[in-house]
Amino acid sequence: MPEKFDVIVVGAGPAGITAAYCLAREGLKVILIERGEQPGTKNVMGGVLYRQMLDEIIPGFWKQAPLERHVIDQQWWVLSEDSALKVGQRTAVHDREPYNAFTVLRAKFDRWYAAQAVKQGALLITETVVTRLLRDTSGRVIGVETDRPDGQLLANAVIVSEGANTLVLEASGLRARPRADTMAVAVKEVISLPREVIENRFQLQGDQGAVIEFFGDSTLGMVGNAFIYTNRESLSVGLGAMISDFQRRRVRPHELLERFKQHPVVAPLVAGGEPKEYMAHMIPEGGYEAMPPLYGDGFLVCGDAAGMVIAVHREGSNLAITSGRLAAETVVEAARAGDFSARRLAAYREKLQASYVLQDLRQYRHTTPVIEKIPQFLGVYPSLVNRALQEFLTVDGVPKKVKEKKILRMILKERPVTALIGDAWRAWRAFI
Amino acid sequence: MNTAVDTRSRTGEGVTTGYRPDGRTGLPAVDVQRKLFTTRFKADKGSHLAIKDPEVCRDCEAKPCLYFCPAEVYKWEEGRITIAFEGCLECGTCRIGCPFGNIDWRYPRGGFGVQYKFG
Repeated sequence: MPEKFDVIVVGAGPAGITAAYCLAREGLKVILIERGEQPGTKNVMGGVLYRQMLDEIIPGFWKQAPLERHVIDQQWWVLSEDSALKVGQRTAVHDREPYNAFTVLRAKFDRWYAAQAVKQGALLITETVVTRLLRDTSGRVIGVETDRPDGQLLANAVIVSEGANTLVLEASGLRARPRADTMAVAVKEVISLPREVIENRFQLQGDQGAVIEFFGDSTLGMVGNAFIYTNRESLSVGLGAMISDFQRRRVRPHELLERFKQHPVVAPLVAGGEPKEYMAHMIPEGGYEAMPPLYGDGFLVCGDAAGMVIAVHREGSNLAITSGRLAAETVVEAARAGDFSARRLAAYREKLQASYVLQDLRQYRHTTPVIEKIPQFLGVYPSLVNRALQEFLTVDGVPKKVKEKKILRMILKERPVTALIGDAWRAWRAFI
Repeated sequence: MNTAVDTRSRTGEGVTTGYRPDGRTGLPAVDVQRKLFTTRFKADKGSHLAIKDPEVCRDCEAKPCLYFCPAEVYKWEEGRITIAFEGCLECGTCRIGCPFGNIDWRYPRGGFGVQYKFG
């Protein structure tokens, strides 16, 4: 007879660890199953971790967790082949405790976070792959099957937080294989540099951190972006774009990354660094319309597995943490009522709807599809705006009136007035 | 940078390297093995990846798996796709990106596969 738990959590990422932590704290018998050697050894993100969501669960976590730098400077650079238009903010407000966001390296952070869940009483099992959900004859989820001998485990509820690769959900018939235009692939290198070099280069002091997102030429106009985040003694340098774009353009992600590192405005930022690790990960960017069912009889779905990513705002781990907490709350209430039916677990969706998670996902539901349909957003405008600015900033004896006309002609040559208006309308629709 | 780069641009043969119609934007050739050398792996004996039907690959003209895989796991050699599963970063891109769903994709056995030190 397989061992029975109150709750099985599939996958030790931000969503799963949060769920296990919150459930164990309430005294439920919870097992957290992770396929890696340790929590974190399979996990990748850019990585910016926002403080507020985890601080609600473990107040003051940021004083003890292995974090890299607190972010005081956020920038967005629009790249053409040879130039960058820079927008951003450096604020003293984000330099004050308890801070707004931190750069993190997930292998270290997830290991620490999972250890906190274990301290609360969660049972952590590593090196174990969950292959599918077990159901009874009525279709209710009653446990999981793993790749271990005699690998079946039973529970009243299963929380599926398996990440971007939704193999368990698919094997259990809960969703179809995601489409290539709803999933991005990102590659990243951790590039080591001495602390002082990073602090001089990015104008930082102590543990202050900077993050830069790059658009346009960095992905050759494909739907996605590149980034550089400062860690204590390294930079996280990466980029991602929709898999459908990589398919069409026959561009290798690592070649694109190398090209990005050689860009004239990027090269000085990464110069002299030593690559320490190369990694790749998928990001579910299909948004609201691409989400699987969030609950059913005996199960709930959290984090990347549920498609909880808001790509335009670089948010994902925060949604994962909040969804893990709300799933745990729902299961605790269900346990009190002794009812794990879909009707009872529907409270999870209501909680998500009452929070920023589903509200933001809903607001940005058109963003990815609209940007994908209009390749000029990232393929034409970044170059155009840089050329216009170059023209304006080049002092060469040409009267300004003549320059203004030249810029206008240049813009209209690329995009006629009607197209400009159409693009503006669609951009409005995509984001608001 | 330690990564070997040469600046041969991969143009021609219907390969688009840039969004500009003149194709001026070149991509550097990258030795992915040198990148993978920085990443730690614990390879299992058998492959966790398999081609379901080799005929499908033969008939697939685009063969996008040769491009979108960040570890260049897939190569076209002597009329068939070969799989260097030992360097797989387990991102899952090929499973989503294969236009025919022709890749049997599982995770490596528990504990095996890529082992990120930083993540």
